[in-house]
Amino acid sequence: MNNIAGSKSSLTWIVHITVAALVILWMVPTVGLFVSSFRTADQISTNGWWQALFPSEQNLTLRSAAPETQIEQDGLFVIEGRLFDDGVKAEISVWGITSRNIDAFKPGETAELRKGGTITVQADGRYRMEHTEPFTGSRGSRVFVTATQPPKFTLENYNKILFEKRNVDGMGKAFLNTFTVTIPATIIPILVAAFAAYALAWMDFPGRALLVAAVVGLLVVPLQLALIPLLKFHQDIGIGKGYLGVWMAHTGFGLPLAIYLLRNYMAGLPRDIIENARVDGATDFQIFTKLILPLSFPALASFAIFQFLWTWNDLLVAKVFLIDATGQTTVMTARIIELLGTRGGNWEILATAAFVSIAVPLAVFFAMQKYLVRGLLAGSVK
Amino acid sequence: MNLDLLNSPAVLGVVTIVLGVSGCVGYFYFSNLILDKVIFPPRGRNAGRNINYANMVRPWLFLLPALLALGLYLAYPVFKTLHFSLTERVPGGGNVWVGAANYQQMLKEPKFWEAMRNNMLWLIVVPALATAFGLLVAQLTDRIRWGNIAKSLIFMPMAISFVGASVIWKLVYDTRPAEQDQIGMLNALYIFFGGSDPQTWLTIPFWNNFFLMAVLVWIQTGFAMVILSAALRGIPEETVEAAIVDGASPLTIFFKIKVPQIRATILVVWTTITITVLKVFDIVFAMTNGQWETQVLANYMYDKLFRANDWGVGSAAAMVIMLLVAPILVWNVRNARNEMR
Repeated sequence: MNNIAGSKSSLTWIVHITVAALVILWMVPTVGLFVSSFRTADQISTNGWWQALFPSEQNLTLRSAAPETQIEQDGLFVIEGRLFDDGVKAEISVWGITSRNIDAFKPGETAELRKGGTITVQADGRYRMEHTEPFTGSRGSRVFVTATQPPKFTLENYNKILFEKRNVDGMGKAFLNTFTVTIPATIIPILVAAFAAYALAWMDFPGRALLVAAVVGLLVVPLQLALIPLLKFHQDIGIGKGYLGVWMAHTGFGLPLAIYLLRNYMAGLPRDIIENARVDGATDFQIFTKLILPLSFPALASFAIFQFLWTWNDLLVAKVFLIDATGQTTVMTARIIELLGTRGGNWEILATAAFVSIAVPLAVFFAMQKYLVRGLLAGSVK
Repeated sequence: MNLDLLNSPAVLGVVTIVLGVSGCVGYFYFSNLILDKVIFPPRGRNAGRNINYANMVRPWLFLLPALLALGLYLAYPVFKTLHFSLTERVPGGGNVWVGAANYQQMLKEPKFWEAMRNNMLWLIVVPALATAFGLLVAQLTDRIRWGNIAKSLIFMPMAISFVGASVIWKLVYDTRPAEQDQIGMLNALYIFFGGSDPQTWLTIPFWNNFFLMAVLVWIQTGFAMVILSAALRGIPEETVEAAIVDGASPLTIFFKIKVPQIRATILVVWTTITITVLKVFDIVFAMTNGQWETQVLANYMYDKLFRANDWGVGSAAAMVIMLLVAPILVWNVRNARNEMR
């Protein structure tokens, strides 16, 4: 008995460790981009994002205050101050005053300046320059330090991407455009599908089984087939490329899943309620609006999340049916693709842009996960 | 100023929502009203017969908008694409029948065969790995206390767009010159474990396909996990308990008792991911755009349709995708019909 308990606990540890490893493996790529979006371009290109989380040692070239700040003390001319900006915490390990010899001195030691006088630098960056004659020139002396700095992050990238006035990278507008595509493209198919699903679940008519089978079939038809015929159709009826077209396309492509999900859910509602209502003289329209719709809320929510995520994350449909040559109606996914082409090396812009577009679906995902899981379970054809 | 306001997409969006929603509701409400009150009023001599007629027509009123949309946006394009694939556009509009010429032209292109080869690789690797990982995570997280958090985190990539995922993974695969610190994790690890020169992973023919597939596996594992996790929970306790009493090891229980009982669900997960793989476009488009021998069918088709402007061959490629989907389509429809009986 002891034996069994023992092997069980070691097995449990293996399980814990394996799951932890998998979770880390799955999280790390996203975390990398997330961390990068809070770093400056320089930081991103000098070392890996995983180093940003720990204090890092860097070689810096700093400058003392200008000679005009000197004061006279007991016959000596003195400049005092701190090499780092206020609020910067850093620890100097070695320093020097020429670029060829950047590790000549330890903190607390004193160096002879080339133009005369001495400088003493402390570990926290405070320094004191002394000279028997006044310091001359317009700029301070250069000091080369090797300092360990704590992690440093910035919101500047987000500010630049979203709010900058003359925003060359245009994510702010693309963000609004994406919302404009998404909201109607989520609401309209729900309504159309709900009525159809009710008919397929609770009304008796010839050909019903055939229609359900057709919906299941259409569920897997690749939307790639629809691109050219529908673009041509949209041009023929005069709506061309634009919001109206993309809303209609998303509605059409979302319908099979919507009808399938809602029909399955509605068919599972208790028969008694509906028949009682019929006996009481309710019309189908009343049964649908007063009974079925409120009862189907979980299924409606599931589909709404699916459709929202799908339309928000979509690239192909937007590229074909929405974005015209002017580029005024571009959505975020398409904008990121352009950035990948033109700004492929600027990771601070790419990372931030990607995260702006990922943030909304992630929020929806974590807030409504329950409905998403329920929808997935109901939506995969059994 | 007023005109600007009217033209702004946000206002257009609100107007569309209001018009669309009220249009839908209005259509359903008034069509029912007219049916009941005007065409077949339940009064007079034919009251009974009228009620029956009205009830025969009503389902079609409920279905009409959906049927129109489905027909126009999904069914009609299948036939229209077939038609396009058998014709060639002529300058000035119109099409001429060219028979199988587009298909013949496509079959002669090396890029098409490259796309076919890669698609087959994708079809084998991605569903297999995503299902296997999904099953592994589903089984392992079942018993541990923080299993739900672990599942939620592995499920998370499902919410991320293919484009966003591509950017995320491009950073992982990033390459810097040998003398600099590597900022891409894969190269950093590669150097750390003794690799000599940093590699540009996405340009190494053949193997780069697997680096692209990793992105989709990363996304789809969460899906597989959710479905399989529910299936594992549905397994009757008695079968597992009986095996434990008989002294079966955990591995035996998993492979001999649990997996066979959820075989149908595994098949569903597999086919669903297969469909996703066949349609995969964004990842290849964003990461390599089919260069360095990473072309896939969906991107090949996009190239033909919108870059080369060759509707004939593009449509032929679309039909190939349809053909590959067809067996799953038939299988799904048959299953659904069996279930309804």
